Amino acid sequence: MGDLIQIVVAKYNYWIYITLMMIGLYAMIVKNNLVKKIVGMNIFQTAIILFYVSTGAKRGATIPILEHGHGEHGAGAHMIHAVDYINPLPHVLMLTAIVVAVATLGVALALAIRVYNRYDTLEEDEILAQIREK
Amino acid sequence: MKIIGLIIALSTGVLLISATGDFPGWADPASPASTHLSPHFIEKTMEETSVPNIVTAVLADYRGYDTMYETAVIFTAGLACFILLRIFVREEPEDRLYRHVLTGVTVRVKEGAKLPPSDDFERIDATWTPPDLIIKTICRFLIPFIQLFALYVIAHGHHSPGGGFQGGVILGASIILLAISQDLRTSVRRMREKLDAVLCAVGVIIYAGTGALCLLLGLNFLDYSALASVLHCDPVTARSHGILIVEIGVGIAVMCTMIWIYNNVSSTGKYDEGL
Amino acid sequence: MSQQYPALLVIVPLLSALVISAAGWINKRLCFPIAVAALGAAAYSCIGLLLRVLEEGAIVYRFGGWDPPMGIAYYVDHLNGLVLVVVSVVAFLNLIASKKSIELELPDKTAPFYALYVLQVTGLLGIVATGDAFNLYVLLEITALSGYAMLAMGKDRAQLSTLNYLYMGTIGACFYLLGVGYLYIVTGSLNMVDIANILPPLYESKAVLGAFIICLVGVWIKMAFFPLHAWLPNAYTHGPSAASSLIAPLVTKVMIYVMIRLILTVFTPEFAFNVLAVSKPIVWLAVAAIFMGAILALAERNLKKMLTYIIVAEVGYMVGGAWLGNRAGMTGAILHIVNDALMTLCVFLVVGNIAYKLKGYAFDDLKGLVRKMPFTMGALVIGGLSIIGVPPTCGFFSKWYLISGAIQAGQYAFMVALLFSSLVNVVLFFRVIEICYYEPFSNAHGHDHHPEPMAEAPLTMLVPLFIVAVGLILVGLYTGDIVNNVIEFAIPKSIV
Repeated sequence: MGDLIQIVVAKYNYWIYITLMMIGLYAMIVKNNLVKKIVGMNIFQTAIILFYVSTGAKRGATIPILEHGHGEHGAGAHMIHAVDYINPLPHVLMLTAIVVAVATLGVALALAIRVYNRYDTLEEDEILAQIREK
Repeated sequence: MKIIGLIIALSTGVLLISATGDFPGWADPASPASTHLSPHFIEKTMEETSVPNIVTAVLADYRGYDTMYETAVIFTAGLACFILLRIFVREEPEDRLYRHVLTGVTVRVKEGAKLPPSDDFERIDATWTPPDLIIKTICRFLIPFIQLFALYVIAHGHHSPGGGFQGGVILGASIILLAISQDLRTSVRRMREKLDAVLCAVGVIIYAGTGALCLLLGLNFLDYSALASVLHCDPVTARSHGILIVEIGVGIAVMCTMIWIYNNVSSTGKYDEGL
Repeated sequence: MSQQYPALLVIVPLLSALVISAAGWINKRLCFPIAVAALGAAAYSCIGLLLRVLEEGAIVYRFGGWDPPMGIAYYVDHLNGLVLVVVSVVAFLNLIASKKSIELELPDKTAPFYALYVLQVTGLLGIVATGDAFNLYVLLEITALSGYAMLAMGKDRAQLSTLNYLYMGTIGACFYLLGVGYLYIVTGSLNMVDIANILPPLYESKAVLGAFIICLVGVWIKMAFFPLHAWLPNAYTHGPSAASSLIAPLVTKVMIYVMIRLILTVFTPEFAFNVLAVSKPIVWLAVAAIFMGAILALAERNLKKMLTYIIVAEVGYMVGGAWLGNRAGMTGAILHIVNDALMTLCVFLVVGNIAYKLKGYAFDDLKGLVRKMPFTMGALVIGGLSIIGVPPTCGFFSKWYLISGAIQAGQYAFMVALLFSSLVNVVLFFRVIEICYYEPFSNAHGHDHHPEPMAEAPLTMLVPLFIVAVGLILVGLYTGDIVNNVIEFAIPKSIV
């Protein structure tokens, strides 16, 4: 039992974000309304972003901005220890991923507007019924 | 369909969770991610680029090539919304609504005819609500301060959390605030469509152009130390200045794209009535 | 300047796309020449780069002057160099051939369309050349977004099909991103070669297995591998002809390159074939893909949609060939990337010509078309023969390698699927050729005295088609050179 608690405490962040990802994936596959699918896509991508950012955490470290940075560099500069600062690389990668998620959201909404103008509805089964009628 | 979705989501979730069995624990300082590359970034950023904000240094210098493509992604999204939604020639003429300012009487003008411009009548949207003086005035007051703050965020990306993307979004938000608090026509009058689109491309050209300048000066693409000869400083400071130049390019591109996407999506391409 | 080829082949198109977008607001007629010049420069850089790789071996180009794995590096070896040349030449030829059709279908938005076209090609070239796993994700998204925008410019059902493509494509890209994340957590690096160096002690761990599976599923979604292929036929059929003939030959093949790169470089063949035991099930899935593609193509009465189902079957060839686990199969898969890009470009350019002149490409519209468009129909015959696999066209040689690889690996079901697919392709193409050649023209009034006037597509559409058709035969004749000088070195020695 103590072993299980150890594992849960060590890994619970990954599990929570994976659950969130699966909720988003489920919404994308199952929902009928096009905008709900877009919302599911956004949940999925945001969960991946949170997953990555959580891997950059470090116990007892602070944000990755050097404190005595803008002073003299060279003699008199303090020794910088990597254990004092959290991992900057996941943050950098996720800046990119956030921008990509927003871009995909914009294009998806533009496409949904075009579909709505054409078929007058956003429910996928009604659209398929209209297509089959033709 | 629901059952298939449930099976897919559950099986993927089980696969992913079982794969975390070998992961390092959360916030473990000895994990491979924290011991392989990031010590180099944390310890060497100051002496190699003289930028205290490590995230900005990694984003715009070590992995600057990625950031250039990220800016190109946001530009592509703006271009995609434009090409999908923008309608230049209207097929069916539409009704317009005008309101007599003094008496509040609404006039509906049918089939695309227009009233001659005069001060007595103002054009209103189909979703018009009575004007709220407080909101309009406060937003007009706030917009210059928001923009000033955005410029601060871009310029201080080296020393505090911030940078081109964040500042660019705030700048874009200031113009969108104008569109929301007043109406779309006001903001399009302030920031015209053609200027917006060209500036968006110019922003990304600043980024790629800086890299190409480094290439033409003899070093590899996006190697900012080549700018030392142009800027008359040592290579490490040249990297810091190079990061600032590309962040400015990113800020311009992101601002213009946010405004472009908002204009196209909220007016569904017609640019006459917004939200 | 030749040192800078790896950078030039993406930077010149990227800057040109931005200039096209800005110039479109000033003067529309500048856009096409800038696009042609950019893609021509990219093709020149790619060919120069391949020649350099043949002389010097693998080339590493460090962006920003930082050594990998600190910075991003391009890693160009024989496999990359070959696919780069194919992608850039196909995109260049397609741009010249599509000028008239873009002006016909999208008269007021040609400038943004050219900009998106060049952006897509930039993304594709970058995906092929890069050596960094996260950089590949960003370029994947550029390719995808510009592809969605271009395909959605068609009429009628195009936007709905593209929205479905968007959902599937985003799931695929996000799965790939998750896989890269898992690899980063256990290795700490993002550079492909660096990951491959760190991984061997970790081969037995569940995280690496999970990362491999999720990356692979993500790439399969993006390449439309059965059973994740449902988005492809609708999306490619309803798009404008210029967009379909760019995206159909290239995007799925570049995804197959990504899968081969994952197998050969990141997770070395020892892991993919020996430690994991999934080769046989994947080859069975490839067999199912080939059968489904062939059968669904038989049911179609629309030429363009039939060709998209043939793409699904071709993807099955390449995935099955790569996972056979021996040298002949992998050679067949890589050679088929080259051949299939050219074959698909040929047949889609034919469909573009037909759509330009006739405004429809259901079988009923094609009756007796040979009298009106003889050259286009000739190219369709050559493309069809290549897809069937008749020597000396190139399709025969890649099928030969795939079949010999299947026999060598003992996967007789794969060999049967390949032969079955060739037979079905014979039926498909001979049916189309019969309608075009032997049926009376649909507007004929019963007497055949006056021959139909020839109303071929314009010369800018015919010359690239002619070049591609001749190229199919030339690539077939020079297969030996390609295999011995290029592909032989692309596959590591550990695969027999």
